[in-house]
Amino acid sequence: METKNIMIVGVGGQGSLLASRLLGRLLLTRGYDVKVSEVHGMSQRGGSVVTYVRFGDKVYSPIVDKGEADFIVSFERLEAARYTEDLKKGGKIVTSTQRINPMPVIMGAAQYPDGLIEKMRAAGIDVDAIDALSLAEQAGSAKAVNIVLMGRLSRWFDFSEQEWLTAIEQTVPAKFLELNKTAFNLGREA
Amino acid sequence: MKTLMLGNEAVARGLYEAGCSFVSSYPGTPSTEITEAVAKYPEVYAEWAPNEKVALESAFGASLAGSRAFCGMKHVGLNVAADPLFTMSYTGVNAGLIIGVADDAGMHSSQNEQDSRHYAKAAKIPMLEPSDSAEALELTKLAYELSERFDTPVLLKMCTRVAHSQSLVQPGPRTEARKSYEKNAAKYIMMPGNAKRRHPVVEQRTADLIAWAEDVSINRLEDGPDHSMGIITSSTSYQYVKEVCGDLYPVLKLGMVWPLPEKKIRDLAASVDRLVVVEELDGFIEEHCRNLGLSVTGKEKFSCIDELSQNKVAAGLGKPVPEGVKFSEPIPARPPVMCAGCPHRGLFYTLAKNKVTALGDIGCYTLGAVPPLGALDSTLCMGASVSGLHGFTKAGGGKAVAVIGDSTFIHSGITGLVNMAYNESNATVIIVDNSITGMTGHQQNPTTGFNLKGDPCTKIDLETLCRAVGIRRVRVVDPYDLAQCDQALKEEMAADEPSVIISRRPCALLKYVKHKKPVVIDKEKCVGCKMCMRVGCPAISMSAGKAAIDNTLCTGCGVCGQLCHQGAIRPAKED
Repeated sequence: METKNIMIVGVGGQGSLLASRLLGRLLLTRGYDVKVSEVHGMSQRGGSVVTYVRFGDKVYSPIVDKGEADFIVSFERLEAARYTEDLKKGGKIVTSTQRINPMPVIMGAAQYPDGLIEKMRAAGIDVDAIDALSLAEQAGSAKAVNIVLMGRLSRWFDFSEQEWLTAIEQTVPAKFLELNKTAFNLGREA
Repeated sequence: MKTLMLGNEAVARGLYEAGCSFVSSYPGTPSTEITEAVAKYPEVYAEWAPNEKVALESAFGASLAGSRAFCGMKHVGLNVAADPLFTMSYTGVNAGLIIGVADDAGMHSSQNEQDSRHYAKAAKIPMLEPSDSAEALELTKLAYELSERFDTPVLLKMCTRVAHSQSLVQPGPRTEARKSYEKNAAKYIMMPGNAKRRHPVVEQRTADLIAWAEDVSINRLEDGPDHSMGIITSSTSYQYVKEVCGDLYPVLKLGMVWPLPEKKIRDLAASVDRLVVVEELDGFIEEHCRNLGLSVTGKEKFSCIDELSQNKVAAGLGKPVPEGVKFSEPIPARPPVMCAGCPHRGLFYTLAKNKVTALGDIGCYTLGAVPPLGALDSTLCMGASVSGLHGFTKAGGGKAVAVIGDSTFIHSGITGLVNMAYNESNATVIIVDNSITGMTGHQQNPTTGFNLKGDPCTKIDLETLCRAVGIRRVRVVDPYDLAQCDQALKEEMAADEPSVIISRRPCALLKYVKHKKPVVIDKEKCVGCKMCMRVGCPAISMSAGKAAIDNTLCTGCGVCGQLCHQGAIRPAKED
């Protein structure tokens, strides 16, 4: 099988690390070769963050480069737009519609573009957008945005719901398991 | 069963399996998780040391005593530990000793992009370099064998993409390793008479290691059908080469990057039309090839600036590079910022408001340099704020302050403060004490009262420490209280002697720190003056001409409310 590439992008602190680890666990159960590349340190502090998940028969590079991503899962719509160049032709963006203003916008030094999702679609990009924050809050915590988006991503993957839920069980703390299962289903069915 | 592990976790697993029983490190991205992961094995004693020099000397002592030992750090940490490093090359080891050093090409979280391989060459110490997690485990175990067989410390070099990438690893059982200590003055006391006899031993060791490098499997030739080109590579660059070229060309994959083989490289060169070296950062292997008199393509195609990637390698090799989706909308940058509720913010606001020259240091608080606060004037290396302040004020730079975190102060700020007291500086050091080593992801340190394993331990009292070195003016402020910060800063800067202000409040991200409810904006009272925006908090923005709070971010710290002249920002009613 040709290597598949997923990028998970967002704002530092939104939980992209956990989402990438969840994917790693899931893909491992099917016997794929898997690589997950994470970001630690200063860039985690409210900056733009990217993690890479790659799987296939044999995976060499741990990173996804320009024009290679089959999926970009984004926790914030500006971040989805930031990484479009990494998307493979025919690739798909799964994004939360959430807006988090970066400091240059807060300061008035830059504009947060209007109608980003519509503009991406107009440019021929396949964008699946959901209000993951509201769904996460509905599930019981704004922090579950990552699992809501994994639920959404699951629609495009050939894994059973049970396989996903098992991977969630292996990734999240037990006391938040039910909340995260709810979040996953809300994202999957939204 | 195979499992996913970070490269750093795989090193930790390798340490465990090889019978390592002593680890002393200082945290630094991207090396930190090695020590955090190994601390979870009860068979291994692991600790955070105050700095890398102390850590490496402690690991040396453990090796001397007969324990397989490890010391981990980031690339710049090796500068701090360089003094013991160069001489333990002469003494060699008793039980095996590994120094883990993690480079940060691309500077994801570092102040420079130095290439640690130069240390291996300069200190004449072998250096192994894995290219994924499975190799990280394997080479860690091999490093102990090498260390004991060749009587040398061994450098294990990681880089961000190996350290922080998860890949498949097959864990194995632990084998205990223990030696006894025997006094050997000629080997371990490095005074000139002994050191003169040890230096030739070091040179012979390097020659022996080169011979070993010629036929060891970690330096492997992966042959390919197309001999128009032969590639020498290592580490993550190897992965990029394989990603781009598959098995087309002969590839010499080096698991040991110092000392380098000679015959193996000459043989490859002789069998191909063109020799290419693909390596990250400096042209280290390339230079070695040139010293062998070989013609080689290297840094002119693969820049020494920034990290490499499969597309960069493809471009350098003249291969097609995939095109991404075009989207022309301008996207504003999202630089890292101090978190909402960060205790450093109030202190930096006070510095900016008073237009104080502030020499900064290494940690989260380096973010005090970015707009709108822009409250720092320099950042060099760990501890440089304090010693830099001394030179700045002595040389007539005017009144200024140093800003340094609790962990960084203990790492190497304290020696600068000793100098300020001893040589009578007239300046103020501000210790931003957030009760944790923050930037690297919440490691304990000697000021927190807890050790690496999370157990209570001796806690350094910063006030007493500063007084003990001769600073008479030491005071503590709460950085959430702007008036208190302002008063303390003005008074201490006006004093005619050195002083210390400890700005103390725990990091807002610590689990035990309880946040208040988000502050509430009274839209009737808000006049849209943007005074509250001057603290640069990511939780405040303007919406329809009025201040607006992002309730998912705000911790209710109330610093913004202290700037509002209209009384439009008030605390929420707590339940």
